[in-house]
Amino acid sequence: MADVSFDWEPVWLTLELAGLSTILLLILGTPIAWWLARTTAWYKQPIAAIVALPLVLPPTVLGFYLLIMLGPQGPVGQFTDAIGLGTLPFTFEGLVVASVIYSLPFAVQPLQTAFESLGSRPMEVAATLRASPWDRFVTVVLPLARPGFLTAAVLSFAHTIGEFGVILMIGGNIPGETKVLSIAIYDHVESLEYDQAHILAAGMLVFAFIVLLSLYLINGRLDRKATT
Amino acid sequence: MSMGVEIDLDQRLGDFQLDVRFTAPGNGVTALFGHSGSGKTSILRAVAGLARAPRGLVRINGETWQGGKSFLPPHRRSVGYVFQEASLFPHLSVRDNLEYGWRRIPKNQRWIKFDNVVELLGIGPMLKRATARLSGGERQRVAIGRALLTSPQILLMDEPLSALDHGAKQAIFPYLESLHDEFAIPSLYVSHDPNEVARLGDHMVLLADGKVVAQGDAATLLTRLDLPLASFDDAVSVIEGFVSAHDLTYHLTWIGTEAGRFAVSREDLPVGKHARVEIRARDVSLALHPHSDTSILNILPSKVVDTRDISPSQLLARLELADGQTLLARLTRHSAVALGLREGMELYAQVKSVALIA
Repeated sequence: MADVSFDWEPVWLTLELAGLSTILLLILGTPIAWWLARTTAWYKQPIAAIVALPLVLPPTVLGFYLLIMLGPQGPVGQFTDAIGLGTLPFTFEGLVVASVIYSLPFAVQPLQTAFESLGSRPMEVAATLRASPWDRFVTVVLPLARPGFLTAAVLSFAHTIGEFGVILMIGGNIPGETKVLSIAIYDHVESLEYDQAHILAAGMLVFAFIVLLSLYLINGRLDRKATT
Repeated sequence: MSMGVEIDLDQRLGDFQLDVRFTAPGNGVTALFGHSGSGKTSILRAVAGLARAPRGLVRINGETWQGGKSFLPPHRRSVGYVFQEASLFPHLSVRDNLEYGWRRIPKNQRWIKFDNVVELLGIGPMLKRATARLSGGERQRVAIGRALLTSPQILLMDEPLSALDHGAKQAIFPYLESLHDEFAIPSLYVSHDPNEVARLGDHMVLLADGKVVAQGDAATLLTRLDLPLASFDDAVSVIEGFVSAHDLTYHLTWIGTEAGRFAVSREDLPVGKHARVEIRARDVSLALHPHSDTSILNILPSKVVDTRDISPSQLLARLELADGQTLLARLTRHSAVALGLREGMELYAQVKSVALIA
């Protein structure tokens, strides 16, 4: 079995990365999804396609371009360097940026679907009842789109936990900084430490199942509540 | 300050051109009547600020909501909007729905009281319920209450009864009528049902293809032979009067007018109360002399002011009663010839059946 010096650091690092990314994704994804759900602009489809790119691109492609963009020679890298932040690749912050981009469609698409299915009527009703645009969003849209937010949060979180390729490209394997779960499992397998790999892999399997099960249970309950 | 509603809109919506200009009085119900696609709902949306006509004027009780470059956003307009479907918030209870708008207006503007509305619309027993557990009629009553509780300067109703079945519709009429008596809020009431207009409308704006065809007193417009309303199969005229007496023996209530009286089934109403009756054109027949040998109770002297053929066999006559109110009669052309019917002729209208509507 696992020896006593089992290294929990990748687990905490992963949870921290996924938690932070999920929060940022909800904050960033909500206005994007809202805009996509409402706009009639001709450039809606191109923007939607860009947001969906991470769904179809091999993670290594995404990681490769992020590495170039964020690196010391890249435009973003030169900017972050100039304002005293240094460059992002091979740092935890760099992983957060990469995760947010990589998981963006997993946050935007459930939110967009939820907003679209609301239609414009509830907002119009609230407007005629004197609610300002922000008030309408908080008191009508947020509660009515709650299942969408829940799905977006769970998918973003789970997807961030599972990423490997992007992290390998842009984060490397620095303990305590960029060595997350998926990398740690890979490491253990490489060094034939199957016991250690088992603990992490089985843990993730159980975790993923529990997350999805709770999502389905909660959404099922919300649905029943809405129809009774 | 000029009380009333001034509307002047010029708006293109795809192939549809809305070009309407009308005024409505600062009290009573103004029915916006027309077929679907005539622009009724577009007008309400413009008044509420939910849609913005590129060129338009919306002025309510002297306050300009849209004019020139100014456009007041919807949440700053004092409107109560009742949509075709109740559109209650599903995540809120009945009480929270009712209070949604009420909470958002300053306390000193809440001249319509919560308890009054709840009582008037009979929604007390539902307050704690989830909106999904209400019937169609109940939902619409809550929606009306929710709109009223913003103490609006104008009530906008977009066919609030059209989604209801006949029974629910009949059940909700008294609520709408008492609304009118209780709170003197002018309303714009969109409808394509002549009976609704007859029951609820004081004034009317007749719309077709985005234009105003006629506007004025509802009772007059309902009977004008050059307008489509009089030619409807169940065309009606509306007569205003008051409760003049009760006949306990035969269980009747007499509704008096300057021109004569009408009998309706006994209603428990105080003598002297204002009353409105509806008379179907096909329930009115004409006679040259006042017959006493007839089963018909309501016989009124009247003058033919206009006639129009509506089919090869039938004809409409517009009659003026002694007090100037108008009555519509539908008869066969055969009878018209037999009577020698012509404009200006004086005769007697025999009304077979009268319905009290308010």
